[in-house]
Amino acid sequence: MSKKPSGRLYCKGVVLGYKRSQRNQYPSQTRIKIQGVEDRASTAFYLGKRVAYVYRAKRPRKSVGGKKTKIRVIWGRIIAPHGNRGVVRAKFRNNLPPSSFGKRVRVMLYPSNV
Amino acid sequence: MVSKSRDVRRRLKEKAARKEAQLKTMSDKPSKPKMKWYPTEDKPRKLFLRKKPQKRTKLRASITPGTVLILLSGRFRGRRVIFLKQLASGLLLVTGPFELNGVPLRRVNQRYVIATSTKVDIQSVEIPPVDDSWFKKNKKNKKRSKEELTDTGKSKLPETFVNTQRSIDSQLVPLVKQVPFLKSYLCSRFCLSYGQFPHEMRF
Repeated sequence: MSKKPSGRLYCKGVVLGYKRSQRNQYPSQTRIKIQGVEDRASTAFYLGKRVAYVYRAKRPRKSVGGKKTKIRVIWGRIIAPHGNRGVVRAKFRNNLPPSSFGKRVRVMLYPSNV
Repeated sequence: MVSKSRDVRRRLKEKAARKEAQLKTMSDKPSKPKMKWYPTEDKPRKLFLRKKPQKRTKLRASITPGTVLILLSGRFRGRRVIFLKQLASGLLLVTGPFELNGVPLRRVNQRYVIATSTKVDIQSVEIPPVDDSWFKKNKKNKKRSKEELTDTGKSKLPETFVNTQRSIDSQLVPLVKQVPFLKSYLCSRFCLSYGQFPHEMRF
């Protein structure tokens, strides 16, 4: 294994909740606020990027480098902007649990278009 | 034909009899049809596929030979490398160079790379004949002899790898050193820190 890179190579985001109407929720899509993105135009950079919801679970299951860890990931992708305030919508492989609301997600820099 | 001798007539008679007998035996054994029944299913035929040759991945306009790229994932994420050429599979051939920042000749997908505006003039560099098969590991030598192992128990790199890397490094490093600050730029890692947002950056 290589030395752990010191720097951060992802943007910070926060799960706001599911896509919803006044009384219904649509848990297949999640709204995410990315730090520093304040308007719709600047969400363009992030569309299609991969998102990781990293969390700690009770039981160690996932093995990383031969060791079982409690850390698990749910991967997703940013699919569309949401509103005019720089919020985006994302789809995850498994729908995020409600316990993830208000938690941090990592918005990766790939797939890159730059 | 009255004058036909008895002999001739007898022979003719015999011949006729033989023919009749032959016919009789044939009618006894009725000619068999080739198959008793017709198959209900068609015989599996090989599917004839007209494979289209795979289109070569289009290289992003921002990536040209000599462009400094930032790797975004994998073992060397955050490292800055020099783009050499695109391989037939569409992957990018890059190197650190190894002597400067430890990134060897490597293949990367252009989706996992940020192209910067920094470019190194590598026109004079002779790029080694490296293709996709060059990177394939030799699986036959799974049972390695002890001679091939280093002290730490890892398998040694084949000589060809080392030599090719050396040849490309010896050409690239002098070019890098000519440009001020380029060496330290390649040695440094890219990362985001507080208040930096990639959508506002010009790479």
